[in-house]
Amino acid sequence: METLTFDYPGSQPVAHHAHVGVVGSGDLEILLGPSPDQQAHVIVRTSVDGFGEVWEAVLDRFFTRNDLAAAVEINDSGATPGTVALRLAQAVEESRS
Amino acid sequence: MTFPARPKTRLTELSARERAAALLDSGTFRELIGPFERLESPHLELQGVVPACDDGVVVARGDLDGKEAVVLAVEGLFQGGGIGEVSGAKIAGALELALRDAESGHPVCPVLLLETGGIRLQEANLGLLAVAEIHQAIVALRSHVPVVGVVAGMVGCFGGMAIAAGLCSHVIMTREGRLGLNGPQVVEQEAGVAELDSDDRRLVWETIGGQQRVATGVADVLVEDDVAMIAETVRTACEAGVPAENRSAQVGRYEARLARIDVSEPVDGPALRALWDDEGEER
Repeated sequence: METLTFDYPGSQPVAHHAHVGVVGSGDLEILLGPSPDQQAHVIVRTSVDGFGEVWEAVLDRFFTRNDLAAAVEINDSGATPGTVALRLAQAVEESRS
Repeated sequence: MTFPARPKTRLTELSARERAAALLDSGTFRELIGPFERLESPHLELQGVVPACDDGVVVARGDLDGKEAVVLAVEGLFQGGGIGEVSGAKIAGALELALRDAESGHPVCPVLLLETGGIRLQEANLGLLAVAEIHQAIVALRSHVPVVGVVAGMVGCFGGMAIAAGLCSHVIMTREGRLGLNGPQVVEQEAGVAELDSDDRRLVWETIGGQQRVATGVADVLVEDDVAMIAETVRTACEAGVPAENRSAQVGRYEARLARIDVSEPVDGPALRALWDDEGEER
């Protein structure tokens, strides 16, 4: 497994904690909560090594579209970039409700 | 005038958290030690395995028909539902709290949703210890309140947790569910493909599937893989109370059953049903 961290500038606070997904084959879980500062902090633990650039591309795109000051923890069990993007969108939706 | 049939929701398509919420009375689901407590296994990351924030077990309080219940749901998709130090302690701890409540005259019905391969191999002895604590807690608790086990699938229930199922007051299964001490792949690996071809799905389900397990009295109720029907069956089991004699206390009955098997002849699923059929009146 590999641990990756990413930081992004962000201004919109997170209303509620959100937890989505399962650490099961081809899926991942995301814990989304408030950030202590005006940034988004992402920690990814993934079962598949060597995909740092792909994670960076998926997260860059997500935080370009979502201006969030959030703490994001991802526990990944080999999800595809598409699944990661959908789970991130789901987590944001859950955090608003 | 006819109405379209109610769309069926399969329990097996839900995550452990969704299953717990679906079985409890609407709006009563309340998770204890939830994801943001981050009570994950301290052993997995050191072994290069990605942990889960709930260690694959959901502890939920809520009501069943207005009566207090605690649902312990194992997430079969995380590490095959394997029981480790933390996930096992969550189950054992919740059962011990239910025991304390029961002893002080405050019954809480425990429901175990068992989707597990048994002990999590990465945590070997700690998993074994946790499962032993679960066994002990079920045995202590079941004289006060019925302990209900559900094996819906798709993982099934194996290893030490199959013993936990065997200790439960009532065991509910679907056709998809499987219950056995050793899973088919383990049997094939240890005893050879001639003993059991784990790819032969018909043979596997005919041996350890829900229909066979209920027909031979190893489990109590066969129910369709449908949320509403399983929820109703769980309520009925809680309502039925403590059985007159628990399955695991019927030592003589099971010894007699084993004595009837001629080990020189292969016994398949239908043959076993015929062999043990004369005890059907006990259920």
